[in-house]
This record gives sequence, C-alpha cells and structure tokens, in this order.
Amino acid sequence: MVDRFPVEAGHILLFARAVGDKNPIYYDEDAAKKTEPGGIIAPPTFVQASAQFEPNYGLRPKIGERWHGSGKTPSGSNAEPPAEQAPRGGGGGGSGLHAEQHYEYHRHLKPGDVLHSVNKPGKTWEAEGRRAGKLKFSESITEYYDQNNNLVITARSVGVQTERPVAQG
Amino acid sequence: MALKASQLKVGDKHEAVVVRELSRTQIVQYAGASGDYNPLHTDEVFTTQVAGYPSIFAHGMLSMGLTGTMLTNYVGDGRLTKFGVRFVSQVFPGDTLTAKAEVEAIRSEGGQHFVDLKLSTVNQDGKEVVQGSASARIDP
Repeated sequence: MVDRFPVEAGHILLFARAVGDKNPIYYDEDAAKKTEPGGIIAPPTFVQASAQFEPNYGLRPKIGERWHGSGKTPSGSNAEPPAEQAPRGGGGGGSGLHAEQHYEYHRHLKPGDVLHSVNKPGKTWEAEGRRAGKLKFSESITEYYDQNNNLVITARSVGVQTERPVAQG
Repeated sequence: MALKASQLKVGDKHEAVVVRELSRTQIVQYAGASGDYNPLHTDEVFTTQVAGYPSIFAHGMLSMGLTGTMLTNYVGDGRLTKFGVRFVSQVFPGDTLTAKAEVEAIRSEGGQHFVDLKLSTVNQDGKEVVQGSASARIDP
C-alpha cells in the first residue's frame, strides 16, 4: 500500500529510458503538447514504480539495515530476507517470482498526479510445475487513485513461490 | 496516428524488436527506475552462488515494459485501455526480444471503437518469454 506516490516528469524520463522507449511523449513537453493526450504521460507499466514510495517494500535496501544481496560474502545477511516479496535464497532453494501482471487504465498518468493505492487480496492456488517443483500462486489487486480520489489504474498481480530454481531449457 | 477500425481486420499483425542483446546495465537501469532491487536481477554473485540460477535475469516487469513499447507505438499515445501479461520464460542478459501483436477482435461499445490484441514476445531462439493481451481505443 502506498500513501503518496507523486508522479514526476524526471522519474517518467528515467523509467522510459530503462524500458528502451524513445517516444518523446515521455520526456519532451513541446512534442507532447502536439499529441492527442496534450502533454507528457507515463508509459503503461510506470505505475509499478510505486514500489519506490512503499515504506516497507522488501526489495529495496533500507538505510542502516542488512541486505540479503552480496557484499563481503555472497549473501550479505545471515538474517532471513524480508518475508513478503523477497526471494527465498539459500541452498539452491526456490524463489519468489512474478508470474503475471495485468493493468486496466481508466486514464493515463501525467506529471503532477499524486496517487495512493489500496491493496485487496486475491485468490491463491497451487500447481505442480515441470521446471521448478511445487508452485504456490497468489494474486493481489491494487487500485491506484489520484489526488481527486478517482480510480486511475486497476492492477492485478500474480506472484509465484517456487520450490526450487526454475530449470532452463 | 491512431489505428482505424475501418482499416483493421482480424489477423492483422505488427511486430518490433524491442531490445537487442539486453545488457546487464539496462537491467540495472530498470532496477533503479522501478525501485525493484531484488538481487536476482542485478547481483550475479548472490544469484549464482546463493539463489542457484545460472545468471542474473531481467525483471518480468522489464520484459513487460519492453513489450509495452511496441504496443504504444502501434496503438498510439494514450489509447491503451488494458494490458496484461504472463511471464512464460526468463529473460537473460544478451537476449534480443521481438514483441508481436495480432488483432483478435475489433468491436464497438457505447459508440466507441476498440481493438483487442493478442501479444507474444519471443527471444532470439524463438522461445516465448511473454504472453499477453491488450485492448485499445481506436478511431472509426
């Protein structure tokens, strides 16, 4: 859950670069004015960057806390990685992976929007995978609202916890 | 630049190469922009020695974002109404990805026209990495 996700032009630019999108509507205000939306908008998967504004997001190092990635040793922490979104490392074990992502756009985001989100739990189910053993799926629905409390994006995410690393090939 | 219902037919196809030889640096860029610093995507030491994977691999959301680039260039700015994917296979550094869309339906709803697309993104070996669907508002 995110209380305050300010949508900023610089962040949209960095995100568009990262997904290799050269469309000027993501960074050039003058060019964007001549498009149908009439100004800069965010790329369709940008809302995922709300993780930056989630105070307890488990996949971001926290100042002053140990991190489970490598440092002096291959895993910088003897402590268990954060329970929620984290991979379960250690001993060739399985990992938490992203299985599906779905978005419904009620309107497109623009710089100046300030979003907040509400999470709703979804279904959970299990399956036997050919490449990673037992798979535990869990779904979550996130609704993103703007500064006027209008629903702007509905997101549905499915995560999977694998029994062992996914075999390649 | 938007698509027109009158000029589209079921089965029409569009594709684009969305990344050539994906670099570890671009994956790092995505981690920084998205805020997902899972070491499985950027930390080779952790990923190979602790998590048991042959190499770091891209965020699923990066392959969705790359696929989205093809999609928004095809349907036009601000036209997307739905976009959803399943992550079918992992994407590794060095992969070249081609994102494909195929028209599944052209429909109208409340006087507004829409196109429904089937999506598939494949790597250099033709292996599917992302499977999905999208809908967009189109002109008459």
